[in-house]
Amino acid sequence: MDVVNEILQTILSGISIGCVYGLVALGFVLIFKATEVINFAQGELLMLGAFISYSLIAMLNFPYWAALLATIFVMGFLGMLLERTVLRSLVGEPVYAIVIVTIGMSFFFRSAVSMIPGWGTDTYGFRTPFTEKIVRAGELVISWEYLAIILITTALILVLFSFFRYTRIGTAMRATSQNQLAAVYMGISVTRVFSLTWTIAAALGGIGGILLSPITFVHMNMGFIGLKAFPAAVLGGFGSLPGAIVGGVIIGVTESLAGFYLPEGWKDIAAWIILIGVLIIRPQGLFGIQEKKKV
Amino acid sequence: MRFIMKTNYYQDIRLFKYRSTFFWYLALVSGSLILPLLLDEYLISQLTFICMYAVAAMGLMLLTGYTGQVSMGHAAFFAIGSYTSAILTSKGVPFILALPAAGILAGVVGILIGRPILHLTGLYLAIATMGFAFIVDEILIRWESLTRGNMGFYVKPPSIGSLIFDTEIRFYYLSLVILILTLFAARNILRSPTGRAMIAIRDSEVAAQAMGINLAKFKTIAFALSAFFTGVAGSLYAHKLFFINPESYTIILSIELLAMVIIGGLGSLHGAVFGAAFFIFLPQVIIMTRDYMPVYLQNQTGLEPALFGLLIILVMLFEPMGIYGRWLKTKYYFEMFPLYKKDSFKREKKYQKAERR
Amino acid sequence: MAFFKAKNISISFGGLKALSRVCFEVNKGEIFSIIGPNGAGKTTIFNCINRFYDLDEGSFRLEDQDISRIKPHTVAGMGIARTFQNIELFKNMTVLDNLILGQHRRRRSNFFTETFFARSVREQEIESRERAEEIIDFLDLEAYREQRVINLPYGVQKTVELGRALAMDPKLLLLDEPSSGLNVEETEDLSFWMSDIKEELGITILLVEHNVRFVQQISDRVLALNFGELITQGTPKEVLAHPEVMKAYLGEEDAAASS
Repeated sequence: MDVVNEILQTILSGISIGCVYGLVALGFVLIFKATEVINFAQGELLMLGAFISYSLIAMLNFPYWAALLATIFVMGFLGMLLERTVLRSLVGEPVYAIVIVTIGMSFFFRSAVSMIPGWGTDTYGFRTPFTEKIVRAGELVISWEYLAIILITTALILVLFSFFRYTRIGTAMRATSQNQLAAVYMGISVTRVFSLTWTIAAALGGIGGILLSPITFVHMNMGFIGLKAFPAAVLGGFGSLPGAIVGGVIIGVTESLAGFYLPEGWKDIAAWIILIGVLIIRPQGLFGIQEKKKV
Repeated sequence: MRFIMKTNYYQDIRLFKYRSTFFWYLALVSGSLILPLLLDEYLISQLTFICMYAVAAMGLMLLTGYTGQVSMGHAAFFAIGSYTSAILTSKGVPFILALPAAGILAGVVGILIGRPILHLTGLYLAIATMGFAFIVDEILIRWESLTRGNMGFYVKPPSIGSLIFDTEIRFYYLSLVILILTLFAARNILRSPTGRAMIAIRDSEVAAQAMGINLAKFKTIAFALSAFFTGVAGSLYAHKLFFINPESYTIILSIELLAMVIIGGLGSLHGAVFGAAFFIFLPQVIIMTRDYMPVYLQNQTGLEPALFGLLIILVMLFEPMGIYGRWLKTKYYFEMFPLYKKDSFKREKKYQKAERR
Repeated sequence: MAFFKAKNISISFGGLKALSRVCFEVNKGEIFSIIGPNGAGKTTIFNCINRFYDLDEGSFRLEDQDISRIKPHTVAGMGIARTFQNIELFKNMTVLDNLILGQHRRRRSNFFTETFFARSVREQEIESRERAEEIIDFLDLEAYREQRVINLPYGVQKTVELGRALAMDPKLLLLDEPSSGLNVEETEDLSFWMSDIKEELGITILLVEHNVRFVQQISDRVLALNFGELITQGTPKEVLAHPEVMKAYLGEEDAAASS
C-alpha cells in the first residue's frame, strides 16, 4: 500500500503543479490569441501574485479566501494598467518589438521585487486552510494542498469556459482573436478587449501564484517556474483553452514522476524532452490545428 | 543625395556601394585598432566583450533576422563553443585549431537540432529551441567527467605559436580580427544565392519553394551557420574568462542574445554590433547614474537589472526598428536635408493576423 | 505527344471533393485557359502541379515525364514557373533581388565558394543580373528596379511577379488570375506581354482567369471547370457558347435568356 500511496502522491502533486502551469499557460495563450503578443512576463505575474498574497496573509493577516479574492483584483488591475500604459502604444507594431517589451517587463518586475521593503530576496511561506491537512480514502492518503489546487483550477476553468462561450464579451474576445479588423467593423471595441485580455491573464497568473506558494514558497525567482508555462501552452497547441491545462498537467505529472524515479537532473528537462518529441511528430501541438498558408 | 555613374554590374554587388563608405569603414577599423592605446584596461576589456557578443549576435541575426527562424536557445551553441574550446586546449590542442573546431562542433549540433525541428514555425520553433537550450545546460552540469559540472572548468589563455594572448590589448586585437572576418563572411553569404535564399524563406516560404529553393536544406544551412558563429564567440568567451561553469549559459543568455539582435535592428549586420554595444554599455551607464539615485535605491543590487528592463522597454517604445533603424533614419534625414519629409518612415500599421506574417 | 498532360486528377479535402477526374492536354506553345466560378478548383490544380498537395488519383506529365510525385522544390527545375493569386513576392527585397532569385535554379556555386565570394560566384551573380535586366527591359520595370516591393503599387507588383516567373527560364508558365485587380490599361499591357511571351519566347502558358473577355482575346484553347468537374473544353468560342458554362456563370434563368 505504501508504494501505491507513494505513486498516488507523486502523480497528484504532479497534477496540481501541472494545474498551476496550466493556469499560467492559459493566461499566456489568451494574450497570444487575442493580441499575438508573446508575454515573457507571464511568469513574473505569477510571482507578483504570490508576493501580494503573502503580504496580505502573513503581514496584514487577511484570511485565505479574502486574500485570494483581493489578489485577483489587484493583479487584474495591474494587468489592465500594463496594457494601458505600455502595450497600447505598440498596437500594430511588428511582433518582435512587443516581445522585447515583455522581456523588459520581466527583468523589471523580477528586480523591482528584490528592492521593495519587506520583500527583497528572501524566501517566504504562509499558511493556507489546506496546509498539512490530509484526506483518507480507505488506506490511501491524499494531501489537501494538492487537492485544493486541482479543485480550484477546475472551478476556474468552468467559469472561464462559460464566460467565453455564453457571454457577449466572451464571444467578442473570441472574435477579436480571429480577426481584429473584422471585429472593429462589427463594432467591437478592440482596445477594450485587449484590456480585458490582459486583466484576465494577469489575474490568472496571480491565482497561479497564490496556489503555488504553499508548495514552492514565495521568492523572486518564481517566474522561472512560469517559464514552464510556455511548453505547456505549446504542448496544448493553442487550439483551445482546455489544451493549455492539459498541456500543463502532462508536464507537471511527467516532472513529478521523473523527479521521483529518475536520477537527479532529469526532472528539469523531462518536460522539454516530451515537448520536443511531441512537436517533431505533431508540429501543431496536441490539440492545435495545422494552419497552412493558403495560396 | 548622391548618384553613382555605374558602368558595370559589379559595382552593384561589391561590398561598399559608395567610395566614401569604404573610407568610412577604413577609418572605423583604424580607429578601433588605435583605440586600445588610449583607453584603460577596463574599457578595453569591455570592447573585447562587445566584439565577442557581436559575433554571437551575428550568428543569431543570420538565423532570426535574415532567415526568419526564431531561436531562443542560442546560449546552448555559445556553451558548446566555450566548452569544446576549453576541453580541447586543456588536452593540448593548439588554439588556432580549437577555435574553428568549437565553431564546427556547434555547427554540427546545429544541423542535428535543425533538421528535426525545421518544419516548426514561429512560437513553436522558439519554444523548441528553448527546450534544446535547457537540455544542453543540464547535460553540461551532469556530464561531470567531461565538463567538471558545477565546479567549473579552468581555461588556458589562447596562444598562436609563441604569441600568448594574456593581456587585455592582445585579446582585444584577437577578438577584433575575428569580428572583422565574421562580418566579411556574413556579408559575402548575404550577397550570394545562399543569402538570398535565406531571405526568401523569411519573406515567403511558399514562393521560395516554387522558385526551387529546398527549404529543408537552406534552413539547415542557416542553423548550422548561425551555430558556427555563436560557437566561435563562445570559444573566445571561455578563453577570456579563464574559468567557465554552466551558470553562465542559462536561458537568460539566450534571451539576452535575442534582445541584442532585436534592439540592434533586426535584419542587418550592423544591428548585431549595435546590439552588442548596447548590452555592454548600458550597465556601465546605469552604474554611473547610480550616484544620482536616492540613497535608498543606491545600494540595491536589483537596481541595475530593473533599470535595464525599463530602458529596453523605452528603447522599443521609442524605436521599434532598433538602433540601426534609427541610424538609417538619421542618415536619411541628413542626406535629404532640407527636403526631409516628416513621415518618410511611417510604417503602415498592420492589424490583421494574416498581414503580420 | 502533348506537351503537358493532366490525366484523371482528383483530390479531396476532408469530405469536399475539390477535383474530380479532370483530364486535359496542353500543346507546346499554346495559351490554355482554365475558367470557372469561384471554388471550382482552378487554383487547386495549380497547387497540385506545384506539389503543395498530393493528388489522391491521377497524374501530371510534362513532355512525357511523370511529375506527380516529385518534391515541391524540384518543380522549378522541371521548367515550371508560377504566379500566385494573392501576390507572393518577397516583400522586403527589391524588385531586382526578386528577379535575380528567379534564377536560383541555375545556381552552380556552393556554400563554401559563396562564403569567400570567389570569382565563380561573382560571375554567376553578374550572369543572373544580366538575365534580370532582360526581364526588366521586357516588362518596362526600369523605374522600379531598386525599390522594395512592399512600397510598389499593386499593378506593378503583379508585373514583378510575372517577371520573377519569367526569370526562371520556364518551359511552362502557370499564371493564376494575372489580370485580377488590374485596370483596363494594365490588362491590355498584360495581354500584349502574354502574346510576346508566347511568340518571342516560345513559352507555353497555362492560365486561370475570371475575366472572360481577356480569355477570349488571348487563349488558344479553354477549359471550363465547375465544382471540381470538367464541363467542357475547346476553342474559346465553343466553350463560352456552351449552355452549362453559361449556367455556371450566369445562373439558370439568365442562361436561358441569353441563349
